[in-house]
Formats: sequence, structure tokens, C-alpha cells
Amino acid sequence: MSTFGWPEFLFLLRSAGWSIVLTVIALAFGAVGGGAFAIMRLANNAVLRTIAAIYILVIQSIPVLMILFMAYYGLSIAGVEIPPLLAASVSLSIYVSAYLAEIWRGSIQAVPPQQWEASASLALTRPQQYRYIILPQALRISLPPTVGFLVQLVKNTSIVSVVGFVELSRAGQLVNNATFRPFEVFMVVAAIYFAICFPLSRLSRYLERVLHVGRSH
Amino acid sequence: MSVVAIDQVHKRYGALEVLKGVSLSVETGQVVAIIGRSGSGKSTMLRCINGLEAFQSGSITVAGHDVQQEPTKLRELRKDVGIVFQSYNLFPHLTVSQNITLSPRITQGVKAADAEVIARRVLSQVGLLEKFDAYPDMLSGGQQQRVAIARSLAMRPKVMLFDEVTSALDPELTGEVLLVMEQLAKEGMTMLLVTHEMSFARSVADLTVFMHQGKIWEAGPSKELFEYPKTAELQAFLSSGVK
Repeated sequence: MSTFGWPEFLFLLRSAGWSIVLTVIALAFGAVGGGAFAIMRLANNAVLRTIAAIYILVIQSIPVLMILFMAYYGLSIAGVEIPPLLAASVSLSIYVSAYLAEIWRGSIQAVPPQQWEASASLALTRPQQYRYIILPQALRISLPPTVGFLVQLVKNTSIVSVVGFVELSRAGQLVNNATFRPFEVFMVVAAIYFAICFPLSRLSRYLERVLHVGRSH
Repeated sequence: MSVVAIDQVHKRYGALEVLKGVSLSVETGQVVAIIGRSGSGKSTMLRCINGLEAFQSGSITVAGHDVQQEPTKLRELRKDVGIVFQSYNLFPHLTVSQNITLSPRITQGVKAADAEVIARRVLSQVGLLEKFDAYPDMLSGGQQQRVAIARSLAMRPKVMLFDEVTSALDPELTGEVLLVMEQLAKEGMTMLLVTHEMSFARSVADLTVFMHQGKIWEAGPSKELFEYPKTAELQAFLSSGVK
């Protein structure tokens, strides 16, 4: 049995790096999907709207863990071996896309309808309205809740430990198995999560304050 | 020849019929004021002209465009028809000059440098050249409304629509907006304006239209209409103390 010292601590820190990597990957792909579903949700076309609504409803109504199991174990039974990092990234991206889609749909709808009318009256096409008028304003509205959601995402990356991917939580379990010092180990793990999430929470609050003061520029 | 021709337009919101067969013809260079109580259908009629509201039957032709809800046709129509709203609706994240140059650049393919020249011209027209780089929230309501007028003018519209453009303004700020509109009228712009400013309608508009219960109740040369209202409804409206 080893002790809980510097090497173990550094191992936890390195694994926290993987948690961040996962967060970034899930955010990047989830943002693309979320943006697409948000706009589909608001499309004139009823078929697009319904597809997006069902997707969001289904994903938000099942635990991420189930998506992860389906991606990892489900596909391996079907004969497709996928590495834990890929399974983790895909599942988290799907989860992120459904939540960001709703956050961003709300942000787009929070832009006053008169902005649509005014830009339509200036002969802009719908994509031009989104690009030049609606999305720049929706982006400002969406920043605080998006960063707030990011905090949830960082913490939720811990679930991928169940498929053996070594991120911060899994690393904590491994160190604990070797040292059997659960209290110290998980205190440190929690402290690292806190160190990542706390600044994000503050940032979200700060953005909310700053962006609400002046609506423009 | 008439640049705006509205023919037997009917519009319903569900069971509620808000326009009950409206017909109106406007000549090039004419200024037409549309007056009436709230709920009389005057704003709805104005918004039908640039397709912001769809209508169920009848037809509207504006500057050679048949008004219908097909997106491409709507955009062609809107390049020729400017509209100014009660609540200005400037784009808050863009500067005054960006508000003005955006559409000419992206819908008419005007080069950035040329668009800037246009912006300076229309801003001088409304007397706000010094606000070129300002953001909308740095301007007073009256100034924002003048920028909104400039933004429409930059499209070189053939017809301008004004939807109660001074109703949201403090009395001391309405004057500067009305002055800009009067100037525009003198320069020969074809204008349709829904307004509660009776003295403005009377002195500036060639023609005044009184709407009542979704119909054009009475119409005629402004001075005549205000001096000698024929229908009891218009007489009641004019004497009801509306300014």
C-alpha cells in the first residue's frame, strides 16, 4: 500500500486535465449540435421543429449514463469496439447539445420580435437576420446561462469514469484503492473540481451583471 | 399614376375581421395620413402594405410589386418600401452608421465605402451626422427615430410608411421628428403615415383617410376633411379632443 503523496497528487492533477479535455470536446461538439437544434426548434418548417423538439425531449429525459452505456457497451456487443474517450466524448456531446439547444432557443426568443420585423422590413433574408441581427444579440443573452451550464458539465464528466476512462473522479478511485485514504483523496478531488468550477460560477454571475447593464455594444 | 393600389383588402385574425374591404390609391409624391381610433385597423392596413401582415383577400400593388407572402417577392417589395415603427427598432448592438449601411451592403450589394457615403447623406438629411459612430442607447428617443428614418432612406425607397412614429416620444421630442418628415414630404417622397398628430396630418398630408371599424369611413383632401367632416363618426372623432 502506497501513501498519498506528491506523485498521487500530480496524477490527480493530470487526470483533472482529462476532465477539462472532455469538457472542451463535449462543449465544442455539443455547441455545434445545440446551435443547429436551437435554430431547427424555431424553424418555420414543422418537420424540422418536431424533430428538434423530440430530440431535446428524449435526451433531456434520460440520464447521460444511459447514453454512455449505449455508446460503450451497446456498440461493443454489436461488434463495434470504441475507445472509452470516444464513447465518453460522443455521449457527453449528445447530452450537451440537447441542453444548449434549449438554453439558446430561449436566448434567441428573448431577442425582441421587433428586431425580426425591422430587419425583415429592410429586406434581409432569414439567414441574414440570424447572422447580423438576432444571433449577436442572443449571444449576449445566452452567455451567463451557457457558462452556468458549463459548471454542470465539468461535474458531469465524472460519470464517464464508469466506462474506465481515467478522468479526475476515476483517478480519485484509483488513488484511493492504492492508498486507502478516502477522506484525504476525495477531499483533494473535490477541491480540484471546486477550483475549476468556482471561477466559472463567478464568471457566469459577472457576465450576467455586466451584460444586463447596457443592452448594446 | 398610382404607386400604391390597395383593392378590397380583407383581413381576419381568426373570427375577428379587422379590415373589411379596404381600397385606397396613392399617387407618386402624395402624402397620405391615416387617422382613426385604436382598433380601427389603420396600423394593420399600413403593415399589409409591406407584407408584415398577411391578408386573406383583395390585392395590394406597391411600386410594381404585387404584395404576397412568398419570401423572395417580399424582399423585392421591401427594397422599395421603407417603414418606420413606433418603437424605432434600431439594432442595439450596431452603431448608427452600421444600422444604416447594413442592408444596402448585404441586400443591394453596395460597397462599404459607398454605403458610408449614403449613411452620411441620409444622416445629414435628418440632422444627425455627428451621431455617425454612436450606439442607439446613447441617443434620445427623437434622435433614435430620426436614425430609423435615415436607415429606411438609405434603401432609396419609393414609398415610406410611418406607423405612429411619434406616439412613443415625449411631446418636446415629437417636433424634431415631424420636422424631418415634413422635409421629406417637401422633397417629394411618397408617404403613408398612421398618426395621432392631427395638426401635422392637416398641414402636411395631401390626403387624409379616416378609418373606422376596419373600413375607410371617409377620405379626402386633408384641409376639407378636417374643416368639413361629413360623417358623424369623423365629426365625433375630431371633436373628441384627440390632438
